Amino acid sequence: MKIPTLSELTAKGQSPDILFWVGCAGSYDERYKRVTRAFARILLAAEIKFAVLGTEETCTGDPARRAGNEFLFQMQALNNIQLLNGYGVKKIVTACPHCFNTLKNEYPVLGGHYEVLHHSQFLQQLINEGRIKLTDANHYQGRKITYHDSCYLGRANGVYHAPRAVLQALEADLVEMKRCKSRGLCCGAGGAQMFKDAEKGNKEINHERTEEALSTGATTIAVACPFCMTMITDGVKAKEKEQEVKVKDLAELIAEAQGLT
Amino acid sequence: MIQQLLFVLTLLVFGYFLRRRILQIRNTIRLGRQVPVTGPVAQRLRNMLLVAFGQKKMFARFIPAFLHLLIYIGFIVINLEVLEFVIDGLAGTHRIFAPFLGSLYSVLMNVFEFLAVGVLVACAVFLVRRNVLRLPRFWSAEMTSWPRLDANIILITEMVLMLAILKMNAADQILQQRDAHYTPTGKLFFSSLFIPLLEDYSTPFLIFVERFAWWFHITGILGFAIYITYSKHLHIFMAFPNTYYARLEPAGYISNMPVVTREVKTMLGLQAEGTPAEDVPAHFGAKDINDLPRTSLMAAYACTECGRCTSECPANLTGKKLSPRKIMMDVRDRLEEAGRNLRAGTKGLDDGKTLLDHYITREEINACTTCNACAEACPVLINPMEIIIELRRYVAMEESGAPPAWNAMFQNLETNFAPWKFPAADRFNWAKEN
Ligand code: SF4
Ligand code: SF4
Repeated sequence: MKIPTLSELTAKGQSPDILFWVGCAGSYDERYKRVTRAFARILLAAEIKFAVLGTEETCTGDPARRAGNEFLFQMQALNNIQLLNGYGVKKIVTACPHCFNTLKNEYPVLGGHYEVLHHSQFLQQLINEGRIKLTDANHYQGRKITYHDSCYLGRANGVYHAPRAVLQALEADLVEMKRCKSRGLCCGAGGAQMFKDAEKGNKEINHERTEEALSTGATTIAVACPFCMTMITDGVKAKEKEQEVKVKDLAELIAEAQGLT
Repeated sequence: MIQQLLFVLTLLVFGYFLRRRILQIRNTIRLGRQVPVTGPVAQRLRNMLLVAFGQKKMFARFIPAFLHLLIYIGFIVINLEVLEFVIDGLAGTHRIFAPFLGSLYSVLMNVFEFLAVGVLVACAVFLVRRNVLRLPRFWSAEMTSWPRLDANIILITEMVLMLAILKMNAADQILQQRDAHYTPTGKLFFSSLFIPLLEDYSTPFLIFVERFAWWFHITGILGFAIYITYSKHLHIFMAFPNTYYARLEPAGYISNMPVVTREVKTMLGLQAEGTPAEDVPAHFGAKDINDLPRTSLMAAYACTECGRCTSECPANLTGKKLSPRKIMMDVRDRLEEAGRNLRAGTKGLDDGKTLLDHYITREEINACTTCNACAEACPVLINPMEIIIELRRYVAMEESGAPPAWNAMFQNLETNFAPWKFPAADRFNWAKEN
């Protein structure tokens, strides 16, 4: 795949309309790299003038801040802000709700002011503008999909509608879990839990959540966050349901319906 | 006359204790860090009006919200009657508002009676929910005997006070027919039901009953006002400032530490704003209550111990030690302890104890997923996660004591700029693969 980087474009004297912030999971996690590629394909197909930072990108610092290491967070943040401001970045889209939250809410006080979109919002816009053609829409038509709200998208930033609007475009049968939207249950990975074992308890949070998702009878669990992806996928495996039930990111579902895979 | 003097004395004693207690609470809250209050005042007022006054967030759960609303309205409206009580008590009059309000007075009295009965019913249902149905959120680990007793004391006191009003009105209605001193109120809907029980007694006895109920009600209310300052029931006042001062940023935002910004900017050779000496804390993050922002301390006094936060907390739901309600209760207990120490003229906070470790353990704070479910659920806009983050900051930055896996993640971030051990050069490989 030929993905333009910001440094290449800048060298050519061009600037993109939007920066695609890939995030660490989107760059390194085997499963989420597939999401990154799906989203990049959608952007290419829609002929969006976008770029990525490539190897210049670094972690936003979210896990450091949430684990209490404010120094490390601010090191990351201030370096990233210097880089972004140096390129004159105005608008960012990312497929990670944690990056989304940090870039949107936590960078401004440190001098980084950008318009930040989560990919669910951007996808919704593209669908509304007719820039995404769902040629293979039948793919999910009438199939039961449940959507798992990511905490950093939902409660943290009030984005409940965009992901659902994207799923509705697939004409899927969207079934809600009992705990959804502002009462959605966390997958268990936020607050830097992704990077350590859970504390002692009597159950894994992702098992609790996966059971709830499975109980809807959905054959696809849609997620919009790399950590939720890992946690719910593990949960489905633990319940030995990985044959019947797939965990997919919104971008993957759209890319499939576009026949882009 | 004696009654009037006694009443003045009662009010003075009450005033003395209430003032003392308010100052105590104010002083403990002032132990905290002062933080600037930003954001539009209009929005803050709106929050207070909708959430504290309008009970907006309660309605996420309809049954308790409705019952709570009954008690809440009952409390506010019956306070108008308390005003009359106080004036009567001071002036030696009886039902001083009645002549001014005419027939409206008995309408009002009837409204009060309906509310009193509403409060009685609501309190009874709440008692059943707590003690018979045993709703799990009222029985979790931090709900030890005192918090459970506290809740029951409040509910029972409210019921007894309401019964006193009804009993007083009943005796009063009989006396109205026997003595011109007793202003006619007309037949009152509920208390008139008690008339047959009292009717056969002599006038002096009924005067005693009426007076006894009057005194019982007013001293009960005053005593209750003092009691609640030691209780979770303080939320009836603290909910107002707490919703006003509640943060306005999106829930996902974690507060910035300007001191760190200055240091990091200097390290990176960037222009740092502000002079280094300005508001530098003794240490980073929070180890004890004096490291926490005053808003968090105030929140601890506003907490109703309702446990809505804990009942939504993913960590708590899956058996982890963390309970956001306990975080708030611990902060309050520590505040009260520090207050007692200070008043005893001793060490204050230097009593060998700290909020972290002696009240809140590392296991608890390490279990938080920062999911914001607690803050979302709280009917008075408390954010327990802010306290958790401050404690984590202390552990991570002052002690380098974060869990080993987190320290490894920090190290990866420092060397590879990613939380995992992957080389920075591989970051763009996703585009080459399929
Ligand atoms: S933010 Fe932390 S304490 Fe609050 S509900 Fe989520 S896990 Fe529990
Ligand atoms: S913090 Fe809020 S939700 Fe939790 S117990 Fe206190 S008042 Fe209830």
